[in-house]
Amino acid sequence: MSFLTHSEADRQSMLAAVGASSIRDLYDDIPESLILDGPLDLPDPLSEWEATRLVSGHAARNPELVCFAGAGIYDHHVPAAVDHVLRRSEFYTAYTPYQPEVSQGTLQSIYEFQTMVCELTGLDVANASIYDGATATAEAVLMALSATRRKEIVLAGHLHPHYRQVVKTYTQGLDVSLISVAAGEGGTVEEGSLQVTDATACVLVQSPNALGLIEELAPLADRIHEVGALLVCAVADPVSLALVRSPGEQGADVVAGEGQPFGNAPSFGGPVVGLFAAREKYIRKMPGRIVGATEDAEGRRGYVLTLQTREQQIRRDKATSNICTNQGLNALAATLYLAMVGREGLRQVAETSVQNAHYAAARILELEGFELLYPDAPFVREFAVRTPEDPRAILSRGLERGLLAGVRLGRFPDLETPDGLLLAFTEKRTRAEIDRLVDVLAGR
Amino acid sequence: MSGIPEVLKYTEEHEFVRSAESEDEIVVGITDYAQGELGDVVYVELPSVGDSFERMEVFGTIEAVKAVSDLYCPVSGEVVAVNEALEEDPALVNTDPYGEGWMIRLRVQDPSGLDELLDADAYRAIVDE
Repeated sequence: MSFLTHSEADRQSMLAAVGASSIRDLYDDIPESLILDGPLDLPDPLSEWEATRLVSGHAARNPELVCFAGAGIYDHHVPAAVDHVLRRSEFYTAYTPYQPEVSQGTLQSIYEFQTMVCELTGLDVANASIYDGATATAEAVLMALSATRRKEIVLAGHLHPHYRQVVKTYTQGLDVSLISVAAGEGGTVEEGSLQVTDATACVLVQSPNALGLIEELAPLADRIHEVGALLVCAVADPVSLALVRSPGEQGADVVAGEGQPFGNAPSFGGPVVGLFAAREKYIRKMPGRIVGATEDAEGRRGYVLTLQTREQQIRRDKATSNICTNQGLNALAATLYLAMVGREGLRQVAETSVQNAHYAAARILELEGFELLYPDAPFVREFAVRTPEDPRAILSRGLERGLLAGVRLGRFPDLETPDGLLLAFTEKRTRAEIDRLVDVLAGR
Repeated sequence: MSGIPEVLKYTEEHEFVRSAESEDEIVVGITDYAQGELGDVVYVELPSVGDSFERMEVFGTIEAVKAVSDLYCPVSGEVVAVNEALEEDPALVNTDPYGEGWMIRLRVQDPSGLDELLDADAYRAIVDE
């Protein structure tokens, strides 16, 4: 049985209609040198058993490392129950369904996700999620441009270099300018250095910033609001929201963040899940899908996709954004995680991470030649250190001892910091593991 | 007041223009025909006072249950007032499009632009097509 719906005659008549003589004609724009002129060079097919053996062999080469790397992706415990619910066939799909209202369970889970994101960020409305923290941040910037109809974006302080790159990519070709404002000597954004005018659409600040330091948003917010601009806060480490006063309470108008630490494994950097929340007055400018709660004819609670009239399938090129989907499964994992650990549990996860980080910092500062890049700025659970030797040497020593001794700052020239290591700590790290890290750093 | 009043001017995009108290100002909204086609209006997004628009530039959007449409500025000018009542009660566009459902009051920059608007007969011809 053929699974192709079009017959040869159908194909010929469609080709004739567009004036092409063969399918190959449709690819005329591709240079000859890039066209494959023979079969793909693939190995012979394997039996199921042979394939299993091959792939297991590759997987066995992955070392189990104790992880002190962060920089936007964090190694938190994922309760087994998260996976158990996630893999139920009723939920096991990557997308919001095309006929969403028949999937009330899916919509309810997204509605709860939105509610939790609102509570964490201190803002009024959240969407059903976006791809990741970086794209959420770029969408927040686009939203600020459209809400203010202004043309200048200020990128302030130590912004995650990947986030910065994605903002650049999203705004290229638009008639807008990106203005970078360096962090002050203390490592955080100083109110006095903000260059904001009545042309500023928004100021983007990350907190905790890319070096793990807490930014004080409230004084910045006042200054930004005076000129009618928006404060966009990027949150790459949402676990911090359990401890720090929420960006919304501090005056942020939009929060764009990463949700991976909630119930999603690091998985080499993805797939992850972007969080997006804003003040209610921007609800019609918000990208992506939003689930709303309503009542049916008999007064029973039900859930619907709402504000869809501004989306791509209806407004085409005039749509609010190009996001017509969400990270359904990853958002579900985040929802399950937050529901399982609860308010107290999340606080404990955050506090244990902070305690681990501060214990490690104290031990590391006892070592000869190590110092904090910014000794006076408060950090949550991640910090940058200068090292007395090339950080690459420390990282390879770590690998020999079964641990990932952080992220090398030199990988990110955009950060404009001296080389060193960015170290992150979660509730999973034990005192013995941290002591092993200190030994690796010291070369003991 | 409904239908296509003779005293008003129109655009091909279904905005109407009526004269305001001040001579160099006009009032803009959408026609009775347009509100009927859109159905129940749930939200009208209007510009701020002081914003300027070129002729046929988008000055706002109107959202009905099933669709969102752009609102086009009939002549170039500066917004001197917006109908704030629509924020609370967007359905005024349905019930009284030419009256309580008005959208913006505009100070006309170039009065010759007014000559390019459609009269009631020309607009009726478009609607009847």
